Amino acid sequence: MPEITYREAIHDAMVEEMRRDETVFLMGEDIGTYGGAFGVSAGMLAEFGPERVRETPISELAIVGAAAGAAMVGMKPIAEMMFMDFVLLALEPLANQAAKARFMFGGKATVPMVLRLPGGSGTGAAAQHSQSLESILMHIPGIKVVAPSTAYDAKGLLISAIRDPNPVCFVEHKLLYKVKGEVPTEEYSIPLGVAEIKHEGSDLTIVTSGIMVQKSLAVAKKLEAEGISVEVVDPRTLRPLDTETIIKSVMKTGRLLVVHEAVKTGGWAGEVIASVSESPAFDYLDTPMRRLAGKDVPIPYNRNLEAAAVPQEADIEAEVRAILSNQY
Amino acid sequence: MATWKKLEFDNYETTDVLAKAKELDLSNDNLLEMYQTMIRIRLFEEMADKLYALGKVHGTMHLSAGQEAVAVGTGFAIKRSDYLLNHHRGHGHFIASGADVGKMMAEFLGKDTGYCRGHGGSMHIADVTANNLGANGIVGGGIQLAVGVGIAIQMRKTDQLVLTLFGDGATNEGIFHESLNMASIWDLPVLYLCENNKYGMSADITRVSSKLPFKDRALAHDIPGYYIDGNDVLAVYEFIKNAADHIRAGKGPVFVEAQTYRYFGHSKSDRNLYRTKDEIDYFKTEEDPISRFRNLLFTAGILDEKRAGEIRQEEEVNIDKAVEFAENSPEPDVTKLTEWVYA
Repeated sequence: MPEITYREAIHDAMVEEMRRDETVFLMGEDIGTYGGAFGVSAGMLAEFGPERVRETPISELAIVGAAAGAAMVGMKPIAEMMFMDFVLLALEPLANQAAKARFMFGGKATVPMVLRLPGGSGTGAAAQHSQSLESILMHIPGIKVVAPSTAYDAKGLLISAIRDPNPVCFVEHKLLYKVKGEVPTEEYSIPLGVAEIKHEGSDLTIVTSGIMVQKSLAVAKKLEAEGISVEVVDPRTLRPLDTETIIKSVMKTGRLLVVHEAVKTGGWAGEVIASVSESPAFDYLDTPMRRLAGKDVPIPYNRNLEAAAVPQEADIEAEVRAILSNQY
Repeated sequence: MATWKKLEFDNYETTDVLAKAKELDLSNDNLLEMYQTMIRIRLFEEMADKLYALGKVHGTMHLSAGQEAVAVGTGFAIKRSDYLLNHHRGHGHFIASGADVGKMMAEFLGKDTGYCRGHGGSMHIADVTANNLGANGIVGGGIQLAVGVGIAIQMRKTDQLVLTLFGDGATNEGIFHESLNMASIWDLPVLYLCENNKYGMSADITRVSSKLPFKDRALAHDIPGYYIDGNDVLAVYEFIKNAADHIRAGKGPVFVEAQTYRYFGHSKSDRNLYRTKDEIDYFKTEEDPISRFRNLLFTAGILDEKRAGEIRQEEEVNIDKAVEFAENSPEPDVTKLTEWVYA
């Protein structure tokens, strides 16, 4: 299987769906000649022209509002926020219009749109260009939230997101764009709402997403040499959340650690832990369930400060060891 | 009313209905149908108010009595194939675009037979299958959706347009400028209709707006803008028709601001503390859109007291039937509460 980057996987998913379905189009800032702030849409303007690779003014509110409007009348827009942080400028059309139209209108409307959101820290972009806001989006009924951790998942999930009849927020981690992975050349898709066990284990379950999957896998592999068996579960879709896979894993391992980059307070780790608490898996727990999340701070600029604000491999390793030795 | 009509309208007041109808290619039947639709809206709103007073309406509502000429002039000037994005005071526009008053009334009472099966209420009446993309509870909510609907129409190369309605208050939302700018740079088939009823809830629009009329803001985005008398139904028809022709010719968006007045309060919590009884009475006696049109039709000999009485009676029966249908309709099934959260 050929190896391509996460960036190329997202690009290929959009290009292939636009070739297959003429109602799919892309809109956003600097997505044309520039190729998008992270180069994801490079070359697409030349193939599809300015109507289907529609470069917009810097008007996030209108971009998301327009995507919702186009979707309501049968188009399948993909709207790109240059940085996930900017979705805060456009929560109104997302939360009040796109998410609610179907319900509010008695099941008669569908809003098949995708909102691509490059998020996460690690680039020195500081507080307003580094956030992980997926928990905010998960709190709105009517929206799906997807967060791929590999090139394979990114392509397969984005294809499903584009074909999905609901508004889907597609969270891309900026540090993953350069990461390569095996992606088949033939057509495939990955259903939304289905988790994947990225690494099997029996001593402890880590539920994690996005860039933290890569970090957790590195820790799992390192600890394996010491005979510590960590299972890494990647929900891939945060809403709807595949609690069944998570619960089964916890029933097997008896221990749960949830790792995410988003800040701890109100973060989705709490949702995962609550779901396990409410399930039969609670009785299988050997230790308290734990969260390892971003600190409750805005992302700082300085390299060391920035790294300290979100979980790193060493933090994950230390937390796993602490749980396994009952020291928390 | 010293401050009233201090701005000049772009339309000439309709004084000779026969001459105007000829110019606009409207038959006497068309004129009578327009009149009857205005009566239907007025009676619908008065009945809605009555039902609320009787405690039969669960939520609030925003009544449009006094603004019927904008709804009817517009509804008759655009096509059923055009898309409609309504504002929260939208009953009149739905009725003028051909909506079933029974289904509207049922939605009002939260019934399963309502347009939104009791899930939306007065503020969210929609009929997507009939290109009615819904009333909106967010001020300016439809203005942003209109850009996307315009893009869809343009990409499909159809003869449609999207009509987005909003009040004077919405012009002070940031989305107003983002939307007009986008529609202008891409020549989108969007008809912006600002229904200026003088107040954004309680805020006198002259107090909260830097410059009037709002058409100047459209002109700033290189969009043709007009400020017209929204209580002159044929003037509304004429300007919306011309705007629609301009848009269908591929020349891009048009902005029309129709000056009108609402008789009821903003919503049911309104005690009219921000305006005088004299002002309300002035509009009801001197500017009422239905009386003005009726007088013109009387003068032209198209309508007389007898026929006017019959029309009113027909519509009273129509509205009574709507209420009966709504009251006899079943409640939504509570066990299906989550059915439409996701498609």
